Amino acid sequence: MDVLLNNLDLFVLGFANTVLMFAVSAVFSLLLGVVIGVLRISPSSSMRAVGTTYVNLLRNTPLALLMMFFALGYPKLGLPALDYTTLAIIALVLYTASYVAEVFRSGINSIHVGQTEAARAIGLTFDQVITVVLVPQAFRNVVPPLISVFIALLKNTTVASGFSVMQAGAISANMSERGENLLATLLWVAFFFFLLVMGLAAVQRKFERKWAQS
Amino acid sequence: MDLNNTVSIPSLTATNPLVILNKVNKFYGENHVLRDVNTIVNRGEIVALIGPSGAGKSTLCRAINRLETISSGDIFIDGVALPDEGRELATLRADVGMVFQSFNLFAHKTVLENVMLGPVMVRRTKKSDARALALEHLDRVGVADQADKMPSQLSGGQQQRVAIARALAMGPKLMLFDEPTSALDPEMVSEVLDVMLALAKTGMTMVTVTHEMGFAREAADRIIFMADGQIVEEATPTEFFSAPKTTRARDFLQKVLAR
Ligand SMILES: Nc1ncnc2c1ncn2[C@@H]1O[C@H](COP(=O)(O)OP(=O)(O)O)[C@@H](O)[C@H]1O
Ligand SMILES: [Mg+2]
Repeated sequence: MDVLLNNLDLFVLGFANTVLMFAVSAVFSLLLGVVIGVLRISPSSSMRAVGTTYVNLLRNTPLALLMMFFALGYPKLGLPALDYTTLAIIALVLYTASYVAEVFRSGINSIHVGQTEAARAIGLTFDQVITVVLVPQAFRNVVPPLISVFIALLKNTTVASGFSVMQAGAISANMSERGENLLATLLWVAFFFFLLVMGLAAVQRKFERKWAQS
Repeated sequence: MDLNNTVSIPSLTATNPLVILNKVNKFYGENHVLRDVNTIVNRGEIVALIGPSGAGKSTLCRAINRLETISSGDIFIDGVALPDEGRELATLRADVGMVFQSFNLFAHKTVLENVMLGPVMVRRTKKSDARALALEHLDRVGVADQADKMPSQLSGGQQQRVAIARALAMGPKLMLFDEPTSALDPEMVSEVLDVMLALAKTGMTMVTVTHEMGFAREAADRIIFMADGQIVEEATPTEFFSAPKTTRARDFLQKVLAR
């Protein structure tokens, strides 16, 4: 307990940054992921190719490598300087969006093709078919797996430790500088992650139960 | 270019063409499912598309509103070549009603909302006007009392009548039916056919893929008999049913009429 209480500043700062990184990344990866997901189901084959290439490329790149590219590569590009936290968030967003896109796509594909055909047959445009007919029906198929993607995102924020971004995954490194017991620290960090993940999982279960009934 | 002169249909004259199919071909991979299909559907005409399973009837029907793309040839509706996927095609589809074998009512919307959706989203009709329009069409097909139910609460026959109302609410120039009664329990077939017969009497142009020979005989102005992706025979119902010209048509009729 002392390990925690004596270093509360570090824990609070670390987890506050984790939650912040998580929230910002979640919002932007949702937006980008839906755009990529729409590309993946577009009637235009070139749009589909763009979406597919994106997903294949990003899903098959280890996140740590992607972060390394942003942390080490980006500053060499001569673009406006960004701090490591922002770069880590960009890497997380690009990576997570590929998973969001796949969840979105399979949710849409789970809807019977007749729904799309009927919608197109009365003259709805592609975006109307998606927003008015498909998304409302796919919603319940999309939200639970989407929360799984976000749970993975929450854990993935710790990968940013390697790039001196102060967040929960970096608490232990700072603690060892203070001469604290490493194992106890790690257990506390794991415990708080566990609580956060349990929170998301509880939301997930709530949706699943609600929709299982109807 | 005068299309009427470039498309020749033996024994049939295009007096007032609404749909023109010119050398339409379609491949699924190696499978040549539509072979040089030429025909014209005149305004107000009722065409019954019949033939054995796998003949290409659904593919042809769906090609007319471009739910299925074709590999070569031209399709014109009301003088306009079918455009590529996009806003223009959507506008054209709004004028072509389609009724599917499996009804395809929007599962998350009530019966009334199903019928209102097109007028509101596509025609930009005011909600209150769209509601009145939808109720009028639901009444016309005899299911106005089901307006506030979800599609899954209706029988197949009722769902199909709602699907017809949904198409009619757009005020289409042309109605396409792809085996509208094939998914129905036998006792519900006639309630849907009755609606279609009534519609045929209003002067609507209709292309109907059907296995209901009674309907084809009674309602159609012309029978198109297809087999192996080709139009094998085109004739009036009287000609076709009493004196089919080809062995394929004779064999087919023997089989279906024996049932
Ligand atoms: N989506 C598809 N992919 C591949 N082949 C198809 C597809 N749809 C239909 N076909 C094939 O095209 C041919 C014509 O099918 P269809 O138009 O459904 O015939 P019908 O409606 O006369 O029974 C059949 O050989 C069928 O197997
Ligand atoms: Mg068919």
